[in-house]
Amino acid sequence: MNIDKRLVRKDSLEKLFDILKQNSKTIYAPFSKNGKTSFMDAKSFAGISTGHIQTSESSKDIAFPRAEKILDYSKNKEGMSVKGIDFADIPEVVLWGVRPCDAIGIGELSSIFNWDYKDEIYNNRLSKVTVFGFSCNKSDEYCFCTSVGGNPGNTAGSDILFTRMGEDGDYLAEIITEKGLTVVSLAQNLFEKSETLEREKFLAEVPVRFNHEEIRKKLDKFFESKEWIEESLRCLGCGACAYVCPTCACFDIQDEAHGKKGSRVRCWDSCGFSHFTVHTSGHNPRGVQSARWRQRIMHKFSYMPERLSVYGCTGCGRCSRACPVDMNILEHLISIQEVTV
Amino acid sequence: MAEFEPKIVAFVCNWCTYAGADLTGTSRIKYASNVRIIRFPCTGRIDYMLLLKAFDEGADGIIVSGCHPNDCHYTSGNFHARRRWIMFRSLCDFTGINTERIKFSWVSAAEGAKWAAIVNATVTSIRELGPYTEYKKVAKYPEKEVTHG
Amino acid sequence: MVDLIKRAKELIETSVVKVLIGYEQGTANKTRALFVEKADDADRLIFDSRCVQNLAAYVTKKEVKEKGKMAIAATLPVMRSIIQLASEFQVNDNNLLVLGITPESKLIEFANLVEVETFVHKYEIEIDARNKEMLDKLEKMTQAERWKFWMDELSPCFKCYACRAACPMCYCSRCTVDFNQPQWIPVPSHELGNLEWHIMRAIHLTGRCIDCDACYNACPLSIPINLLTKKMLADAKEHFGAYQPSLKGDHLMSTYKPDDKENFIQ
Repeated sequence: MNIDKRLVRKDSLEKLFDILKQNSKTIYAPFSKNGKTSFMDAKSFAGISTGHIQTSESSKDIAFPRAEKILDYSKNKEGMSVKGIDFADIPEVVLWGVRPCDAIGIGELSSIFNWDYKDEIYNNRLSKVTVFGFSCNKSDEYCFCTSVGGNPGNTAGSDILFTRMGEDGDYLAEIITEKGLTVVSLAQNLFEKSETLEREKFLAEVPVRFNHEEIRKKLDKFFESKEWIEESLRCLGCGACAYVCPTCACFDIQDEAHGKKGSRVRCWDSCGFSHFTVHTSGHNPRGVQSARWRQRIMHKFSYMPERLSVYGCTGCGRCSRACPVDMNILEHLISIQEVTV
Repeated sequence: MAEFEPKIVAFVCNWCTYAGADLTGTSRIKYASNVRIIRFPCTGRIDYMLLLKAFDEGADGIIVSGCHPNDCHYTSGNFHARRRWIMFRSLCDFTGINTERIKFSWVSAAEGAKWAAIVNATVTSIRELGPYTEYKKVAKYPEKEVTHG
Repeated sequence: MVDLIKRAKELIETSVVKVLIGYEQGTANKTRALFVEKADDADRLIFDSRCVQNLAAYVTKKEVKEKGKMAIAATLPVMRSIIQLASEFQVNDNNLLVLGITPESKLIEFANLVEVETFVHKYEIEIDARNKEMLDKLEKMTQAERWKFWMDELSPCFKCYACRAACPMCYCSRCTVDFNQPQWIPVPSHELGNLEWHIMRAIHLTGRCIDCDACYNACPLSIPINLLTKKMLADAKEHFGAYQPSLKGDHLMSTYKPDDKENFIQ
């Protein structure tokens, strides 16, 4: 569909929030606490953070929760009984205040969950989500969306994209999808028609730092490079980068048993952990941290483009912000670009 | 509704408290039947994680018991255990776990009556406290997915 | 840190050590670990108030250890960690040389770990005022309020284990949480999994934690998990006397006194 541009007055945003609530939508929005901003179940409009550059965590767990039950089982005299999850129980959610680099990440995540097996649970969760993107009017030195094909006002992944026109200005709303249109129909009068809508000058400037196609080509011959070892010596092997990433999709399946019944749970996992690839035999094909750091970069910039035709990185810069030892993915990608193979 | 019957798990050492509990029985002393006894070689072997596991699995109260100081079959197992209990109990208290639900005691092989008294007192106090719903609530796998916030 | 750079160059050039672990300027006003293996790289060494990462976490890292004898630019918390690690047989005089940086930012080279220990023992481990206040506040709460406090604070935890990774004392090649037979700690980061993980972490660090706050600094969600270890430190002091890491290896939780006092065992 064609993108429809409307004006939303700054005071109308709260009204929109209330209307959505009245229509029994669950709203997840960013809130700040302890100096970090995270998506939370918003009970009211007051307190929703707008000043942050990026939330500490991505919004991915709305469709791919950090821990989710996928079935219950119990054993009795007759045998086993298994009960899957009821998709009707999944609430209709509005994801409020998503940055374009997170919104585009939903597509990348979806490509993994629909690569060969179509992940029913993920797809069902996602089908209930309406994404309210908010474009960026500022950025920091960790941002590099423009280097991986995005931009601060990118509409991809959002159902409606809001751009604030000036510091304390009104919003330009771009209605991108049918889902977005459905929401608009709940509050028609808040989305006003206007002829003079401009957005580019209000968007943050994010310089292009590298060419991702070039990096991809280079990585083909880069597997054995010593760079991996040098770059990863300070990496401590935690999972912070993967857990804040909007596109990291690795998970673990755990059975939580209590006697004769239990639940099967899907929970996040990370390729940065030393035990991630340990075989039952005890052999670990990625026995050193450099192999694990290499996997992270290769997966995002070589394997995913090859297999899924998308890059596994949206340039949100979260992993670098979250890293306790300053493993900066942008810095490393630039150095890969500069190295002659 | 029937009166709440607390589930108590007792972690006891083989040489003193277990023998003491046996004596309670052979002495025909009646005591509350709410307790499930788990026998360990020594109090030194009673890992604090086991106590948390008991709460996970639905215990309302816990008794930990072994030989009196200086009576350990292995000389010092109970001394080591005592240090750990001091720190573990304080950590539990600090995280808001109800330490009134974890009773520690020394019961020798000759103290059948003391064992009965401890179990009875524990059952009475846990009955007053009611089921440990706070812990049960978190131990039961949440019905919903876990997202932030 | 001109002295440090000069000394680092000498140590590398004369092959006294194979690698020196120090700090360098990172990205976006952060500092980070630098591993000096060539004399020229020593020029990148820096030291200032931003250098708070506990570098002792690297001396047990396989990839670093394998390089050969290490030297480390060690602030007071790092030196404390090293003594604790030495008492647990993780480092010794043959594989580690300590270049101490005193609280006054002076460089002292120690001939051996005994000297490091002597230096470290000059300073008592003190919980900072802000956290002391927080501990007091929590202790004044009721048990139910504390439960709520921790449930709220721990709920965002997604168990990335950055706290474990950044801690010099968490060097086990296989952590309790990595075991699944039995599964001591639930793997998913739901309320129970988070609670039990943080209790387990705190108790395993009791009597070993030197209060460097590396866990808190590493946490991408700024969860005040260091309060747990601080509480253990404060309580251990009250019950068993002030803790100092010691080469004697008389660890708090693996030793006892026949007259240890408590008031709760019936």
